This record gives sequence, C-alpha cells and structure tokens, in this order.
Amino acid sequence: MKPRDLSDLALRNLREAILRNSLTTLGIAVGVASLVAMLSLGVGLQQLASKRLSQSGLFDSVFVTPRMNLRGMGREAMPAPSDKPPRLLDEAARQEISRLPNVVEVYPQVRFFTEVRYDSKPFATMVAGMPASSKASGSFDGMQGSFFSSDSAYETILQSEFAKELNPQTSSLIGKELVLRYAERQSLPATAADSGAASSSNSESLPGGFSVVPKEMRLSIVGVVDTEPAAGFGGYGNGRLLIPLQVAMTLRAAQVNDLRDIVRGTSSTPTFASLTVRAKGPANVEALEASIKNMGFGAFSLLDASKSLRIFFSVFDLLLGIFGSLALAVATLGIINTLVMAILERRREIGVLKALGAADRDVRQLFFVEAGVMGLFGGIFGAFLGWLIGRALTFGTNVYLHRQSLPGVDISSVPWWLVLFAVAFAVLVSLAAGLYPASRAARLNPVEALRYE
Amino acid sequence: MPDSQAAIRLDHISRHYTMGEAVIRAVDDVSLELPTGEFLALLGSSGSGKSTLLNLIAGLDRPTSGAVIAHGQDLSQVSSLELARYRRQTVGMVFQSFNLLPRMTLEENVELPLRLAEVERGDRAARVHEALGRVGLEKRSDHRPSELSGGEQQRAAIARALVNRPKILLADEPTGNLDSTTGESILTLLKEIQKNPGMTIVMVTHERPLAERYADRLAIMGDGKLLSNGAAR
Repeated sequence: MKPRDLSDLALRNLREAILRNSLTTLGIAVGVASLVAMLSLGVGLQQLASKRLSQSGLFDSVFVTPRMNLRGMGREAMPAPSDKPPRLLDEAARQEISRLPNVVEVYPQVRFFTEVRYDSKPFATMVAGMPASSKASGSFDGMQGSFFSSDSAYETILQSEFAKELNPQTSSLIGKELVLRYAERQSLPATAADSGAASSSNSESLPGGFSVVPKEMRLSIVGVVDTEPAAGFGGYGNGRLLIPLQVAMTLRAAQVNDLRDIVRGTSSTPTFASLTVRAKGPANVEALEASIKNMGFGAFSLLDASKSLRIFFSVFDLLLGIFGSLALAVATLGIINTLVMAILERRREIGVLKALGAADRDVRQLFFVEAGVMGLFGGIFGAFLGWLIGRALTFGTNVYLHRQSLPGVDISSVPWWLVLFAVAFAVLVSLAAGLYPASRAARLNPVEALRYE
Repeated sequence: MPDSQAAIRLDHISRHYTMGEAVIRAVDDVSLELPTGEFLALLGSSGSGKSTLLNLIAGLDRPTSGAVIAHGQDLSQVSSLELARYRRQTVGMVFQSFNLLPRMTLEENVELPLRLAEVERGDRAARVHEALGRVGLEKRSDHRPSELSGGEQQRAAIARALVNRPKILLADEPTGNLDSTTGESILTLLKEIQKNPGMTIVMVTHERPLAERYADRLAIMGDGKLLSNGAAR
C-alpha cells in the first residue's frame, strides 16, 4: 500500500476505537510528559547554575597575580614554573594580556579601606571598584535603585548592611550624597621637595617612593544591593561601598600592595595587586591560563570546578531521564495491550484485507503506522504537557522564592531539541511496542480469520 | 463461451489438517480443469471440503500436496508476496456473509482493493463508480453496509470483487444468507458478469437447483474427494 493509503486507513482505524486509542495515546503523553518535565528540570537547573556561575565570572575568569619569588625570610626561592622571569603586573602587562585571543576584558581589583562621611558622621568601610560588566553578573538583580549611569560617574552603590549603618531605611538613601575620604598615593619626585604638588604630572617616571595625600570625593548614592557583588574570588575583603572601576582607578588610592611595591623598589610604575581576565567562555579559560603563565605571571582559574559541575549535571540528567522513562515504559505496555486487543477485534477485518490481496507486509505496516501515530500524537501532547509541568514547577518555586523575598528563577527549560527528542523517542518507543502486535496481525491465517465471528 | 485454455487446473491436490493425533483430509487428491470463461458450481454437503478447495484456488491457503495452476501460475510454488498479488490482481472473492467492512461506506469498501493494488488516486473514483454501476448501486455509494439489504450488500461485495478486474471470480455460498428471490437476482448478476470476456467463475453452494439453472458445470464433492465433475446440462 502507498504511504498515504496506509496512514489513511491507520487514522481511520484509530478513530473507530477513539476512546481506547485516546486513552492509550494519553498514556504515552503522560509518559512523555514525565520524561520532558524531568529533563526540562535537569536542563533548566543546569542552565540556571551555569548562567549564575558564568555571570559570577568564576568560571570564565583567570586571576592574574605577579609571580612572587620572595627570597629571604628563611625561605628558599621557589623554582619558577615557567622559563620566563617574573614580571611586573603593570599597565603594559594589562594591555598585553588584553590582546590575547578570547579575552573579553582585563580589569584590576581595586579595593581599599577608607572613611566615608554621611550626614556629617564618619563611617569606615571597604571600597571596591566594579567593572561595567558586573552589571550583567546577576549580582545586581533585584537591587534597589539603579546601576551606575556610566563607568566614570561619581556614583556609588551601597551594600545593604553598610547602607543600614548609614540609615536603617535604606531606600531613603538613594539620591543622597556621601563623601569618600581617601588617601591618594603620589609618587615623590626625585628632588623630594614638593611632596604635596598634585600637579607633578611627570613624577610617575621618577623613582623614590610616594607620599599619601588625603583627598575627598562626593559620590551620589544610586543604589542599594543585598548581595555582595564584590565578594568575588581573589578579593581581599568584601566591598561595602561600590564605585565604578574607572573612577576607582583614577583615585589612585593607596592600596594594600603599595607597601610591597616599595619594599621591592619598583614603585616607579604603578602596579596591580591582581588582574581579573574574563575569557569569552569557560572553554577558553584553560588555554588563556597557560598563555598568561607563559608571560611570566601567576594565574589560576576555577576550571576544574566547572568540569565537575558538568559531570554532575550529566549524571543528574541521566538519572532524571531514567525516572522519566519509567512512565513511558508503562505506556508502551498500554500500546502493546491496545494493539493486541485490536487484533482480536479486527481479526475478521484482517482476514478480509488479506482475501482482497493485502500482503503480510501491508497488515504489519498498518498496525505499525497505528502504533507510530499514537506515539506521534502522544509525543506532541506529552511534550506540551511536560512543558506545562515545568512551567508549573517554576511558578511554584517562584511563589516560594517570592515569599522568601528572593528573586525569581527559571528552573525548567524545554529547548527545541528536547521537544524533538521527546517526540522522536515517543514514536520510536511506540513503534517498538507495535512490533509484536504488528507481526502477530501479519501472521494471522486468513482462512481462520474469515471463519471467526 | 468456454475457452480452450485452462483458467484453473488442479493437479492431485490435497489439504490435510492435523487435529491432535487425527489427520483430517479436507481435500483429498482432487484433480480438475476449468476452461477460461466457464461458470463452475461446486456442490456438496457441509464439511465436504468445497470451501477448502475454493480457498486453495483463492490463494488464501496452500495445498499439502499437488499443484494449483491458475492462468499458468503454480500457486503452491510462489512466495506469499506473490500469492497476495495473485489475490489482488487475478481473483475476486465473494463470501456468504458479505464481509464488507462495517465502518466504511460502500464506496470506501469498493475502493479498498484499489488501495491495496496501489492504483493511482485519480483513477479510483471512476473505477469505483463503474463497479458500483455494474451491480446497480451507484446511487447508494455513500451508505454504510448496515443501511443496505442483504441483497444489496452482496451486490456491493461483488462490486468490490470486480473492481480490480480479476480473471477469476470465486463465490463462497453467495446466496446462503439471502432469500430465494434475492438469491436468484445475485445469480443472474453473476451470469451477467460471466459474459465479460475471459471471466471464469467458481461458486460454492449447496443449493443444487440454483446451481443447475445458472452454472455451466457442476462438480460435486464429498469427504474431500471430487465425486463428479460432469456438466450441468
């Protein structure tokens, strides 16, 4: 028979026993739905985790430090891990690193402890410079107010615990101003005569230590954030007062590593305590880390942790898939049962078909197509149902999170490949289930079938 | 109108069944030759083996031994796929209980053999119409079998048997479920069909008077053996 006639007759037969076939199809749909819901949960949680983690910058970042080779103090010099000599982590190095392939941005960690005046009262806190890209990290999701209007705006975002010290009603802080008092590092000219001259633009190239000049800056408070965006990896402490990184860098505030620079006698060029290098994706991190090490810096990343995460989710998906498939396995029994019943019912009809010239193959294909069609419909409906279950789970989770005053998340995801996979799987499983009934129907002896009443 | 070339030749065919220990010889060493264009009536009491013989000619069953040669083709030697093709193309079958598919309209029932024979969709409607026209049911093509009388149902079954233009029409007690008037009208129809050039008809019946009136030849079976294969008149 031609495919169109085959599907015509199959659909016709399915319609004739509409209730039974609908129930069987529904059984498949429920099986597929449970599979899709389980896998959508696996996919969704994995997406959520990797989104959060990649936004956090932990897995696509390489943390670069000057390779220290401290002698003395009773320690032997560590053998250098690469042939290159240790280098200074200065602006030139930063430029060089940013030219490496797959580098998105390179930014220094700027943090310093300082005093803040608000409402003419002094407060001590840790200031951290935030790169513009941190807006996308998710750390600022659900903040009060807004992110910095530009990378060079004299604006600040307060960590909520610090904000509460300023004013328990944190929302009333937004739009107010505070004064940041900090110590500006100024290199001393060789003459060491005019230590207070802020205008000595050529002083940086001259050796000879620095002086610390007290400075003030007015910052307007644009937001309050509950999370700790600056508590990232490689930090020295959690920043409570966040300012744009560009602003933080222009402050030239005295930092923790300044003293170390002096000890090493390299204060002529400003250096960074550390740089954070963001790669295009976690896949680029390994090569990037190696090439940075090869440049003579210390570098490390959390790549291994992300690998274990992927392994974890593969196993997790597998388990979810197995549990989801159980319902589908039960549904296949339904298909077998329905089709075996149909053989009994349609015994005479099969006999007539054979008498009219249907080959065994035609009868087998007819039953096969019927099983496949039930699988197809069950698969499509089941994928939809599974998506709906996923939505419901997300909705329920978000209601719960909302009650805990946490931002909502998407815990289930039904990508197109999952829909296609689910439908294809349902059809395949149904065809497999139809194998036995179809061959049994095909083998039916027409003489006996025609005698059957 | 009988033709000299044999449409069907049965060469010492037997069909034995085993039931437990016992061997039932449903058809036992039957030889018979049917010229093309002949109308043969196969008579016998129930259990005489006439329906089994018809099923062997129809290619629904295979003989235990011997050869069934229909239009030069030895049915005992061909594959089951070729046997299905033979049922589709060479023979048409009519049953006592009509065997129309109850959920299909007459039109769809008659179309079924065309679907199986993979006839082009465009040609089907005309052939279905033609077949239903030959049995006088063209106006009832949208009806389901249950909406028709027994005689009409048997006519529809004959239309279905003829739609693939077979060379042999096999009828298994076609009047068995019909009253005598209707039965006669069906036989008149079969006689009419026999006029088609090259159409051979084998009818199983136990109504001797009807057979004598319409068939060219009577063959009588008893206990699986052919008792007589003489002419009707």
